[in-house]
Amino acid sequence: MNKSGGSKALLEIEDLSISFGGIMALAGVDLRLEEQEILTVIGPNGSGKTSMFNCISGVYRPNRGKILFEGESLLGLSPDRIARRGIGRTFQNLRLFLHMTVLENLLLGRHVHFRKNPFHAFMRIKREEIRHREVVEEIIDFLDLHAYRKARVADCPYGIQKKVEIGRALALEPKLLLLDEPISGLTAEEKEEAAYRIGEIRGRYRIAVLLVEHDLRIASRVADRMVALDYGRKIAEGTPQEVQSHPEVIRAYVGEE
Amino acid sequence: MDLIESYREELKLIRKRGTAFWVGLLLGALILLPWVASEYFVYLLTLIAIYAIGTMGQNLLIGYTGQISFGQAGFLAIGAYTFGHLARAGVPMLLALLAAGVAAGLFGIVVGFPSLRLKGPYLAIVTLGFGIAVYQILANSELLSGGRMGLSVPKFLPEIGIPRATAVYYFHFLLALAFTLATYNLVASYMGRAFVAIRDNDIAAEAIGVNLTRYKLLAFAISSFYTGVQGGLYAQLIGYLEPNMFTFMETITIFVAVIIGGLASVEGSIMGAAFVLLVPQVFSGYKEFIPVVFGITIFIVLIFEPLGLSGRWLKIRLYWKNWPFR
Repeated sequence: MNKSGGSKALLEIEDLSISFGGIMALAGVDLRLEEQEILTVIGPNGSGKTSMFNCISGVYRPNRGKILFEGESLLGLSPDRIARRGIGRTFQNLRLFLHMTVLENLLLGRHVHFRKNPFHAFMRIKREEIRHREVVEEIIDFLDLHAYRKARVADCPYGIQKKVEIGRALALEPKLLLLDEPISGLTAEEKEEAAYRIGEIRGRYRIAVLLVEHDLRIASRVADRMVALDYGRKIAEGTPQEVQSHPEVIRAYVGEE
Repeated sequence: MDLIESYREELKLIRKRGTAFWVGLLLGALILLPWVASEYFVYLLTLIAIYAIGTMGQNLLIGYTGQISFGQAGFLAIGAYTFGHLARAGVPMLLALLAAGVAAGLFGIVVGFPSLRLKGPYLAIVTLGFGIAVYQILANSELLSGGRMGLSVPKFLPEIGIPRATAVYYFHFLLALAFTLATYNLVASYMGRAFVAIRDNDIAAEAIGVNLTRYKLLAFAISSFYTGVQGGLYAQLIGYLEPNMFTFMETITIFVAVIIGGLASVEGSIMGAAFVLLVPQVFSGYKEFIPVVFGITIFIVLIFEPLGLSGRWLKIRLYWKNWPFR
């Protein structure tokens, strides 16, 4: 799959635009993400961060622009095809399978890797199931979910649910992980842990992470690079320090002096 | 203490000895029953076995995949008439039964297409339209329905030394058992998980790579296959078909069985099927009140026991497991 172009980025977005009625949620955003890079997108509410995620993962269809993943366009593909290409994502307001156990949620993350044989399904032949269970158990290990393996997700505390969603995306073995506000709503302690884990994910699975985050302190700690959006436009890009001291960014967040 | 030593062990259908014992006892009782019970009771059990198959299919669609369908009567009719015509043409019974299921399944895929766009009540209305359309077509086409005299279906099942009612019962019992096992296996497989994922959160299901088109249509196909088989079996048991057997009331009956038995529960489907067949027996003197009874029961179930009979059953089991503590 991997095109060995050397300079080719994992994800390239050019002139991405989408509007809802008269509102331009994204107005020509460019973005490059290298392999194994952690890039944080920041911006005030309604600046188009989540819209960008939804365009990448195929939930929205952009009006204009290009999205290239490993050199191939993602435009027009359905979300499940995009997932199969190797993009896993989480959602801002948790979209878990609430009536299933943590284990089943993670196994669903393996769905694209299952060799799907209806005969095996009807006859209870579990070879595939066991093979994938081993992968899932590793993720449970990594995310420290042992205690909740058999718990219904609806009964789990919020912090655990957040972890399950990351685990489910990881089970996909993505090349690119999209995390939409992975630490919002967590306690201070959980935030530290989550930030540490995001770095670990890159180190362990060797994948790129694109994340949207509001907590600038933590966002700047985990990110290699940062991009700031406002009103659907990119207003700054660079190292976390550069972006946070950029006058446009300060104006977007706290207004004119 | 519940020690599990391997993943394989955990994935077994019946894991604990206690469960195996009770299931064995129940199956044994069901096998011995025709030799002690009255012929009418055996006939009722046969009917329950037939309805249980359809209810399980419907539960796969409503309970597991979360797609509300009110077109069951249509699939039932398609299955029954396919079976009836094939049986009259001399096709072997099992083959005709398979054809009945496949025919209904194909129509299920067609009816499933609106589900790609519509949800909840809107989908219910479309499927309702399908059920009524099938009834109208049958009622107005003498070629299909056999005209005013109805369509008589030849009865197969040769004499094999045991009473006919008993043989019929065994045949349906085994078939229902096979369908039950298949359903249990299905819901524990990747397919069942994908169905539940679509029900719980379709956007997330798509984002992790579940092809919504494929699995929604698959759910419709499998569910209507079950219903088609139910129709074929019913045609064979009654030996006579007319369009009036497939009115909207039949859809309601199966729907009630699913709700009362318990959404997303295989054993609940069987209990629900038993419920909708046994209640009319109890109220046989007041036939016109049966829909009322169904309606009131649905109210009571949804308010006090949303998990249906299977939920109640679960709680009773938990109570005895923990007894004398609570």
